[in-house]
Amino acid sequence: MSDAITLPAPHVRLGSSSGQPVTRRDGHLKVTGAATYAADNHPAGMLYAVIAVSTIARGRVTSLDVEAAKAHPGVVEVITPANRPPLSLDPDEKVGLFGFRIDALQNDRVRYARQPIALVVAETLEAATEGARLLSPTYEVEPARVTFEDGEAYDPPAVGVGAPPNFAKGDIAAGHAAATHRVDTTYETPAQYHNAMEPHAMVAEWNGDHLTIDTPNQAIVMSRALFAGYFGIPPENVLLRSPFLGGGFGSKAIMNGPYILAILAARMMQRPVKMVLPRDQMFGPVGHRGATQQHLRLGMDAEGHLTALEHNAVATTSTFDDFIEPAANASHNLYASPAISTRHGGVRVDIGTPGPMRAPGEASGSAALECAIDEAALACGIDPLEFRLRNYSETDPASGKPFSAKALRECYAEGAKAFGWAGRPLSPRQMKDVQGRLVGWGMGSAMFPCPMFPATARATLRSDGTALVETAGADMGQGAWTALAQIAADGLGLDVERIEFRSGTSDLPDGGVAGGSGHTASAGTALHNAGTDAIARLAEIATADRKSPLFGAGNAGVEARDGRLYHRGDETRSESYADILARSGNASVEGNGTGARDPKDAEERAMFSHGAVFAEVKVDPDLGQVMVTRLVGAFAAGRIINPKLARSQLYGGMIWGVSFALHEEAVHDRRSGRIMNADLAGYHIPVHADIPDMQALLIHEDDPYVNVLGVKGVGEIGVTGTVGAIANAIWHATGVRVRRFPITLDKLILDPGMPA
Amino acid sequence: MNPFDYIRPASVAEAVAAAAEPGAAYLAAGTNLLDLMKVGAMRPGRLVDVRHLPGLDRIETLSDGSFRIGSMVRNADLARDAGFAAAFPAVAEALLSGASAQLRNVATVGGNVMQRTRCAYFQDPASACNKRNPGSGCDALEGENRTHAVLGWSGSCIATHPSDFCVSLVAFDAVVEIVGPAGTREVPLEEFHLLPGTTPERECVLEAGELIVALRLPSDAGRFAANQRYLKLRERTSFAFALVSATAALDIEDGTIRSARLALGGVAAKPWRAHAAEAQLQGAAPGVEAFEQAARAALADAMPSGANAFKIELARRVVNRALLLAAAGTPERMPAMPASAFSSVPGVLSHV
Amino acid sequence: MTLSVTLSVNGVRRDVTLEDPRVTLLDLLRERLDLVGTKKGCDRGQCGACTVLVDGRRINSCLALAASYDGADIVTIEGLAKGDLLDPVQAAFIAHDGFQCGFCTPGQIMSAVGLINEGEAGDDPDRVREGMSGNLCRCGAHAGIVEAVLDAQKQLQQRRVA
Repeated sequence: MSDAITLPAPHVRLGSSSGQPVTRRDGHLKVTGAATYAADNHPAGMLYAVIAVSTIARGRVTSLDVEAAKAHPGVVEVITPANRPPLSLDPDEKVGLFGFRIDALQNDRVRYARQPIALVVAETLEAATEGARLLSPTYEVEPARVTFEDGEAYDPPAVGVGAPPNFAKGDIAAGHAAATHRVDTTYETPAQYHNAMEPHAMVAEWNGDHLTIDTPNQAIVMSRALFAGYFGIPPENVLLRSPFLGGGFGSKAIMNGPYILAILAARMMQRPVKMVLPRDQMFGPVGHRGATQQHLRLGMDAEGHLTALEHNAVATTSTFDDFIEPAANASHNLYASPAISTRHGGVRVDIGTPGPMRAPGEASGSAALECAIDEAALACGIDPLEFRLRNYSETDPASGKPFSAKALRECYAEGAKAFGWAGRPLSPRQMKDVQGRLVGWGMGSAMFPCPMFPATARATLRSDGTALVETAGADMGQGAWTALAQIAADGLGLDVERIEFRSGTSDLPDGGVAGGSGHTASAGTALHNAGTDAIARLAEIATADRKSPLFGAGNAGVEARDGRLYHRGDETRSESYADILARSGNASVEGNGTGARDPKDAEERAMFSHGAVFAEVKVDPDLGQVMVTRLVGAFAAGRIINPKLARSQLYGGMIWGVSFALHEEAVHDRRSGRIMNADLAGYHIPVHADIPDMQALLIHEDDPYVNVLGVKGVGEIGVTGTVGAIANAIWHATGVRVRRFPITLDKLILDPGMPA
Repeated sequence: MNPFDYIRPASVAEAVAAAAEPGAAYLAAGTNLLDLMKVGAMRPGRLVDVRHLPGLDRIETLSDGSFRIGSMVRNADLARDAGFAAAFPAVAEALLSGASAQLRNVATVGGNVMQRTRCAYFQDPASACNKRNPGSGCDALEGENRTHAVLGWSGSCIATHPSDFCVSLVAFDAVVEIVGPAGTREVPLEEFHLLPGTTPERECVLEAGELIVALRLPSDAGRFAANQRYLKLRERTSFAFALVSATAALDIEDGTIRSARLALGGVAAKPWRAHAAEAQLQGAAPGVEAFEQAARAALADAMPSGANAFKIELARRVVNRALLLAAAGTPERMPAMPASAFSSVPGVLSHV
Repeated sequence: MTLSVTLSVNGVRRDVTLEDPRVTLLDLLRERLDLVGTKKGCDRGQCGACTVLVDGRRINSCLALAASYDGADIVTIEGLAKGDLLDPVQAAFIAHDGFQCGFCTPGQIMSAVGLINEGEAGDDPDRVREGMSGNLCRCGAHAGIVEAVLDAQKQLQQRRVA
């Protein structure tokens, strides 16, 4: 196992923190129950708000029994479209890049099931909950359309967040025509819901035109502006506190109606209000992963080289907003092919608007692509790993640009070795365990882009030799509070224990978005640069001070290490930060940094993390029950700041792969449009018993271009590759190719390929 | 949750009197009742808390060797009772395959017998459901019914009974002891739950105010102790309701099945005893041939109630496997994953 | 109707007047006793985030009516450590990185304590996995959690022997 770590790129100061498996710094808080999540707040005089949601998917609310709700002891207010005070932004307006239309009681229209249709405010949670039920809405019902067949097809102008819907390179028709072997296959993925363990929560308190909100948020400063916008106050009047998020996975990066309504209720009542979504209400207004149908056509020459890669995806979105799962884009940057064509279609259905969900596009797209690649390897009679190597892309297939770094070949090799892939029979149904269960091995390639979001940070060296570093970042479980502090410590040449790390509130420098696997890179680069800036200022003071041993060294002639500045070239000349500051009369020195990538590198290089996932499954030959028994992933994602946390995140992604492959599916009643399994008993995610022994190998990779730190991201890549690896392993075990996720036992036992 | 009166009676007699009022419901652990009240599927106006009633939490061996289990005995306690688990390992296995450890630690055996269906349309007050709201129709019939009943259903209701425990209980002729306003009575568990017919709202024979005080398992079931299993097919490895389950128990002597017990779960509105299959097994040699025949007999009357035909084939295979497992012998120790197809697969498999 | 309930919570006697019998043990802890370490993930017994010990046994506090728990001895995540000294289960969760977002963690830890008390899982990872299956984790910290439970169990066993 080649554990990363980590010779730094030459231009990066080597610190002692980065690369170390530092234990989660908020661990003590989390294991003692002392970590405070939004719903744990309880300001004095607080009221409870509960949303009433629609039971129909399309139509109008014709009546609400407000009197009945108000008659319930403890209920103090009911907000409906009839009495909802105006907002400063139209909820049907899209604001900003991540803007989504929300449902905030702007009218009586119902556009999906579990849409907010009223808000009940009460002195107790029990009263508010029952009050919401007592509203007993009546409706004018229009037929629900929740399936691909029932929905309205359209050509989306963009997919994901502003990406072009279609792409073509080379002559796809010629590529197909030139093929010796062909695969023409369609995969379907269902609607999936984030279901972070922490339900969406809002505790709002007004003080004049100042608003304080405790709410889990993945994009604190951006969200602050949006909240302020809805209420017509300057962003700086909003204090958003999000010190801990109980998971986010994308659903806490975007605005939703219930939040706005809770804040509105607090303003109306002039009292603090707490609103926490019940679990079932997380299947509606807070985003999801849209369903997809993906048609792939692959052509290969006699040696198994791709001649054409065509990936067409259709995805569902709501009737009133656009978020098309950019699934086909998974085929852009992985496999070499002279001709690549991808297209996206949309289908409008009566559901809440989808949004980014852990590996948006990549997860669904990779699931289909990696299965199709497995089919292609079989068509060519080539081992799936060998097939992938034959189609290895040395430059980005879509753009032709060189990769900033790509250690996928090493991932394949190390992963295959750790798994024991060699000797895998080509044909299915060849392996059994001692108890007669069918055994199968499958693999998938993993890939994820390396976006960076605008981020800023501040670093303050203090006269006591400690430092304060600040950025409004978000830790939804990925370990930002630890990894970012490690980066900050190295930027300042201090031990991490001497760093006071402040984050998670909107009054700090914008830490960007915790999403797209780009938070460590973005906020981390900003922190690093802020530290560098602070050190430069400190060096200016020292080198200009005749009493300093560093006098005359020049700014570039010093190095920061262990709380001291050293003369480069003469290690005997050094001085501690504290001494420099004390003599200068400054209480502190402050530096600022931003987290941008070098635009030239961004333009010239294709930047991705890569990986290879290998899965073993066992399938009961009669009963069709599947168990994933081994999972090995090998990932190359640039410099790893904290291997312990990175491994945890990769495991998390791989477990999402298990969940995608075997468990998750929102089941809609086609007539009512309601999701009938909107709870955690019906919407399955894996339990402990489903999760096998796992390995996540961190493959060494130096990326001198991706950013000054060489950091990519590991939050989402684990999902990619894993879904395909498991599905391919199930095929290898059974000979049955299930093309509709999740792969449940009924799909296996009824298949003619599974002899009864 | 609707407002209600909470009453904690001191005796069974007080409880029965308090629960005879219309709109009253007994509260035991509440793991099912409170859940249904939260979603609005049940709205009792009075809860009569029987969890603390004296004398209902004992596991007793009676002089004739039968077991008497107080209705407030908790699922986990019964499964962990060494004497009971040795006599009825498939009952213990069923208990341990149900719900989660947390739920088993409070849920009572009486409450388990009384639990309501997990049909999503029953749990959703916005859906038509004859069980919840008689005469309103059944939205499951044309709805998402992949997991619904294949035996004993009617045009009024296709829900299944969710209990694992009851499947094993019914296989061993358990008897329900009841106290009510009119006195005490006993009902065999097999007759306790009712098939839907045209009155799916009537799920069991209890009359208003009647309370289950104990379950009894007869001593003669002890002859099956060496060869019995509960097998439960789920859509995740643990903490999920049965898609299909089966209890199989065999009394084998000199290579011949003297007597067999077979019951299915997840297939009907009640735990489903398969008498015809048992009769076929009697006198047969244990083995794939007899077991497949029994499995066919057990499902002879099965009919899909919707998009669930696979459950019939699956149930046949589950019965067959459960019989194979039973024939292979009761495990020395409770499997790590009770009732799982992945706990162990003995002998020759039929379909490889 | 108003009910009086007396509980021992983390060793402290709490006399509570409930003006509403609908209050669950979970909501009592969180909204009225300011013990917010216990989490509400589903409120329906389907996720385990609300796990507490009642009379030494792990249960879901969301499906327990507070009124019915008069006289009960309750331990929540806040009551597990002895001052600054973490319970071995808590320490093992940190050591094995048995959490990410931390939201399911109090429930996972209380469940693990309950599992170890039950004494049936031993050093068998499969039994630990099965026994912990009532606690969902969405981040995917399962591997670390199972390692932590096995490790804590081993340490507690050694402590008992010593």
